[in-house]
Formats: sequence, structure tokens, C-alpha cells
Amino acid sequence: MLHTFVALVEDKPGVLTRVASLFRRLNINITSLTVGHSERADVSRMTIVAEAPAGAAHRVRASLYKLDNVLEVDDVGQFSCVVRELALIKVAATTKTRSSIFELAEVFRARIVDLAPESLMIEITGVSSKVEGLIQVLNEGENKILEISRTGRMVMRRGEHTSRVLDAMRIAEPDEEQALPLTEEVRGEDSGGDLDLEMGIGVRGIDPNHPL
Amino acid sequence: MIIDATNQRQAGHASHPTRLTGAEIVWATLEGEGVREVFGYPGGAILPVYDALRKFPIRHILVRHEQGGTHMADGYARASGRVGVMMATSGPGATNLVTGLATAMLDSIPVVCITGQVSSKFLGTDAFQEVDITGITLPITKHNYLVTRAEEIAPAIREAFLIARSGRPGPVLVDITKDAQQAVADFDFEAAVASQQRAHPMLRIESDAITNAVELILAAKRPVILAGHGVMESRAMNQLRTLAERLQIPVATTLLGLGGFPASHELALGMMGMHGESWVNESIQQADLLIACGMRFDDRVTGSLGTYAQKAKKIHIEIDPAEINKNVAVDVALIGDLREVLEQLLPRLAPRQFKKDGSEWLRAIRALKGTASVRDIQNLPDNGHLYAAHVINDIWHATGGKAVIVTDVGQHQMWEAQYYKHDEPRSLITSGGLGTMGFALPAAIGAKVACPDKEVWVIAGDGGFQMTSPELATIVQEGLHINIAIINNGFLGMVRQWQQLIYDGNYSCSPIFSPDFVKLAGAFGIDGATVTKRSQVLPAVGRARHSGRTFLIEFQVEKEDGVYPMIAPGAALHEMIRRPDPLIETASDA
Repeated sequence: MLHTFVALVEDKPGVLTRVASLFRRLNINITSLTVGHSERADVSRMTIVAEAPAGAAHRVRASLYKLDNVLEVDDVGQFSCVVRELALIKVAATTKTRSSIFELAEVFRARIVDLAPESLMIEITGVSSKVEGLIQVLNEGENKILEISRTGRMVMRRGEHTSRVLDAMRIAEPDEEQALPLTEEVRGEDSGGDLDLEMGIGVRGIDPNHPL
Repeated sequence: MIIDATNQRQAGHASHPTRLTGAEIVWATLEGEGVREVFGYPGGAILPVYDALRKFPIRHILVRHEQGGTHMADGYARASGRVGVMMATSGPGATNLVTGLATAMLDSIPVVCITGQVSSKFLGTDAFQEVDITGITLPITKHNYLVTRAEEIAPAIREAFLIARSGRPGPVLVDITKDAQQAVADFDFEAAVASQQRAHPMLRIESDAITNAVELILAAKRPVILAGHGVMESRAMNQLRTLAERLQIPVATTLLGLGGFPASHELALGMMGMHGESWVNESIQQADLLIACGMRFDDRVTGSLGTYAQKAKKIHIEIDPAEINKNVAVDVALIGDLREVLEQLLPRLAPRQFKKDGSEWLRAIRALKGTASVRDIQNLPDNGHLYAAHVINDIWHATGGKAVIVTDVGQHQMWEAQYYKHDEPRSLITSGGLGTMGFALPAAIGAKVACPDKEVWVIAGDGGFQMTSPELATIVQEGLHINIAIINNGFLGMVRQWQQLIYDGNYSCSPIFSPDFVKLAGAFGIDGATVTKRSQVLPAVGRARHSGRTFLIEFQVEKEDGVYPMIAPGAALHEMIRRPDPLIETASDA
């Protein structure tokens, strides 16, 4: 199954290698990995999505936490989260086909960010299934996709902020680990973008027995 | 300069920073960390550091190979509990550290290695003796640093020490570019403390987990304590003993756990696992509760996981959360320092009254021993053959079990574990996790440097000894007194045993030629003796012990003897291969 980990790491050379090397050593494939600055100075935030057996989450998290440059690790797969991905898609387009692509983009609430004589570039933000939906319809018909660049998933828990809900090394109960598969499947109707606020800001999905 | 450094140290907290070169900062920081001995080997990229050594009161032990140096730092740490330090140059000096670092990593040993590196402007250019040692050692160190500025040296080394000895200990490497060693920077030992950010928050023990553990312990009818290396690392010997005695729980130990619970104690079962005694493994298989204390359910301990201790609930007390449920699913996990956890548990476990001959469970274990216990091999008639078990048992008798024994890897290592009874922690030094041949001689040098007042014995095979034998020169140069016992059976014995049992007796590449070890020792100026008969063992051991200097004994033992009982790889813990009849006299399982 897919696991999603959020790691706060020191912003230093070699830290990405250490994290990636851990997954290599555990023979786990990283599906996507995004890194960027966090709200804390000199601390980067990584979102790592990896394919691993259901019971592996605890071990991955504990092993990540053992890395000296890793400050906090959250296994967010079991909690209610906002999941987003950004994709840039370059599609071959002539004056004849442009308008139909515009329409498709409109349906997906994507934006045209570049227009060239023989191509146009679409920017789309949302859950992975939404990005894949656009790619799928673009591939249908006569359109030709020239390039795709996807950021991979970024994840943030709803409600309580990560640092506070992290009970860093609490051992998850065996069934707790398998509680919910992945957030976006559970919340299929959340197509991203404008719907965020409507989904509420509560603390749904957080362990009721959690000390915080 | 020496006055500057000393003033700096004495001034302590109130000191203002001293201007030192990076090379001087290396030594001043080591000195501040309490380091008195450093193992090392100089070379181009670390020469500035070696040049500055004369200004500092630190003893440098010149090794003959950097691998040996890492094992020395490792043996130093295992014998004393202090951080061992190894220093090497860039390139080949650094790559030679790899085996030693991996050995320390697998056994959680606090070692700090300092390597020189080419100047920062040459990094990544394939300069002479440049190698990406931080990249190479990334998976075999707990952490490592590439330091390119003199200002960063003291914080990096201080952090390295903190990381090496905190939590689950492990090796840390600090790679320092030559220009950083040559540059001048402010040095203030007290100010160079590791950042708070780095110190991970203390791990918490859930109070309900303690309650659950207490309930399991009190309800158990057939409990067994599994004691591992963590007993030593957290200095939990007394707490472990209290737990065992209070509830009359028998204690089985891992290879690295030997000495954590006195072998002569009536509740001591002995070593578990692949070459554990039959009653130990049988007790584990019959147990209804396992209390795992600072051990990690290694495959050499469990046999096949699908059949391991099926009847038992499991409590795992462990400082490293990544070990929980890794190999064996447990019912209660208590994350934390073993001693602290036991101190939380003990007040909730009231002593129980037992009959004079112990609980039903202890009587059942005694019955298991009755059919499979060690016969005192000292009392068996001499049939003219010399067996390694005799040798090791005699060394145990002669030393009163008080020596620090440093073994290599293979058959002799297992015989040592079976026939030398360790009552004291840190009295057995052996490469368990990585199983590094060539470990014994250099690790013994480290142990002797750390504990000069202790009697140190090397027990090595003929194969492993040849891997690091040049370190005999280190012994002589440093004037150390180490007793060396080579168990020579003309084979890579454990390989031969596996080939005998698993590969149909095809002794592929396991017969090994050895030099005349006594003559070899003589070339280094070391006295020695060859022993071929059992009657010669104790006199030779006595000679070594009282010679006042290093002494080497080559024991020419039975060539095709095996270590028994044995659990074949992948077999269940109770499926033991027993000793065949003709060699029954050394059997532990007659």
C-alpha cells in the first residue's frame, strides 16, 4: 500500500541522500518526494510517498527518526489531510485544437500558463487523481502531450498543526496502522482547489485517544 | 601553544575563545571530551593534525592497518564503555575504516573516526587520495560529517561524541579537509556544544504499557528473560538480576549479552540461538512469556521466525523503536533505556514465595538439563586428542573467569561462548552482528589500552588471526601484555562445518595453510609455545599469564571437530543438530 510520511529535516547538504538512502536500504520504492522550506528557519519539509507493506509504516517512521538530521516524522496516511500535487503539462496545439484544450482545462480548473505557436502549457493543482484525470482526457482524441512535470504529493494534516500532534515515538497499535488506506481515496469528492474550506477545518481523523 | 591549550581547558566556562589552528582544535576538542588515547595512522591529508599532536597530552597508538585501528577503537569502547577514537588519512586510509565501522555499527559500539580529506577546493576533482568517505560510510555509521571550515571542527567533533554514545550507540565519522586543519579559528570548548535541535526528545514510556507488562509478567507460568547487549550499554545488570531473582525467572543471553547476567547464577540458562545449549532453546520454545531486554531478535537467535516461541507472549524492552516488531511481533513494547524501564517495572513486581527447589517451571528446565547438560569436560578421560573446548575451558579455569576474552569469528568463538563462563559485564568482546574475522587481535589491543590492569586474552582461529596478524607489531611497539591463544585446526572451521553438514562434505576452499605461529611471533620479538596435548594446556596458559609480556600459544586441535548443538539456518529453534557419537567427549549435549 501507499504510505505518506511528512518529515521535518535540517536544511543541509546530504540530508536528502540520507533520507533516500534509508528507503533504498529498506528496499522500498519512493513513489514521490517533495522538499521545500518549512515554517521554521533552516528546516525543510519533505513529503515522501512510498509503496510498502501495510505493517511497514512504523518501522519506516522509526528508522527515519533515527537519522540525525531528521527532526520530526509524521505518518499522515491514517489522518485526515489535504493532499495536493502540481503538474505542468505541455500539449501540442494548433490554432484549430487550442479551443478544445481550453475547454478541457476549464473543466479541471486548470490554467493555461504559456501559449506558443505549436504548443501550450497547462498548470493544474489538485489531488493526484484529478491530475491523472486531466492527463487521461488530454491523451484521448487527437491531442498530443509533449511533456509532463509533476511535483509529487504535498500533504498537510487538517486542523491541528503537525508539530503539535506529533507524538514522536509512540508505537502505533497494529490495527491502528492499517486504519485507513490513503486520504484521497477516502475523500474522493474532494477535487481540490476551492473546496478546501467547505471540507471544514475540524480535527476529524485524529485519534480520539491522542493526548493532544 | 601547549600553554594556551592548557589554559583554555583550565579556564573552563569563563574562558574567552583561544585562537588555534583547525589541527589544534581537533586535539583540544578530543582532550575536552576526555580522550586520553587515540588509535591512528598518519598520511598526507591528516598531517597538520599529526604535527599538532605534540602539544597535547594524548597518547597515540600507531596501528599497522586502519581496519585494525577501527577494531582497536571498537575494543577500547567495548572494554571500557568510553568512546573509542580512530584517526586516519584520506583515500585508502579512510576506505580501510569501512569494515571496522560496519562492525561497530552492527554491534552498536560508540566509536568516533576522524579522517583527513583533501582541501575543500579539490573536493570532487579526483584529487590524489580523494575519496567520498562520507558517502561511502553513510549506511554504516550512525552519522557522519564533512567539515570544510576550522570553525566547524569543534562543534562537529562534540556532536559526534554525543551521537556516538547517546541512545543506541554507534560509530560516527568526521571527515576534515586539509585546509580546515590549517586555518585558524576561535576555539571555545564549552561554547561548541551540540545544538539542542539535534538532541532528539527523550522517548516516552506509555504508562499503560508498563501496566500491561506487569500483568503479563505476573500471570506468566513459564517466563524466560532474554538478555542482550543492551544490558551492558545501559548498565542494567543489577536491575536485571533483581527482576530475575524476585520472580525466579531464568535468564537466557545472546552472544553479546554474555556477562550481563552472571553465568554462575542459578537462574542463568546460558547462550540462546544457533549454537545455544539445547535446554536454553527448548526453554524458549516452551515459554509462555519472553521478556526481551536490550536485544533485537537477530536471526541467529530466533531460528525460523514462523516457529519461534509460538506459545509465548512477548515483552520487548528496547531503546531503538525501529527494532520493535522488526523480526518478532511483540505484545508489549517498552521503548527506552533498559535500566530506566526496569526501574519503573520493579516497584510493581512484588517478590513471590517459592518452594526451596524453585517453581515448577525451574524444575522442568532442570529436567531438560538433566538429559542434555554439559558434562564437565575436565573430568573426562584424556583420549590423546586436543579439543578447542578443552583449551577454552582450561583458560577459564586458569583465569578464574576474570579475564577479558576477545574472540575472533567462527568455531572458536562459539566454543568460547559455551565453555568460558562470564560472570562480569564487558568480559567478552566479540563481533556478533557483522561477524568480522580478524577482529580479535586489534580489538584486544584496544581493550588492553582501555583497561591496562585487566588480563586480556585473544582467542582466535588460524584463519582470522592471519587477517590482522601485523598488529603484533603494534603490541610490541606499545609494550602491551596480551595473551594470545590461536586455535589452529587447519581449516576455516565454521565454513568446513557448514560444508560438512549442508554441502555434503565438499570442503571447497576451507583447508588453510598457516605459518608456524610461534616462529611468526618470534619475528616480532614475542615469545610463544605450541601445544598439541591436553596435558600441555594448563602449563602453557600459566606460562603466558606469568610471563609479564605478550605470549602466543598455538593450540593444534582436532581438525574436524564441530560446534554443537547447531540449528541449521532457517530451521526451528528446537530442531537441533546434535553431536555425532565419536566425538561425544566434548559434547555439551551428550
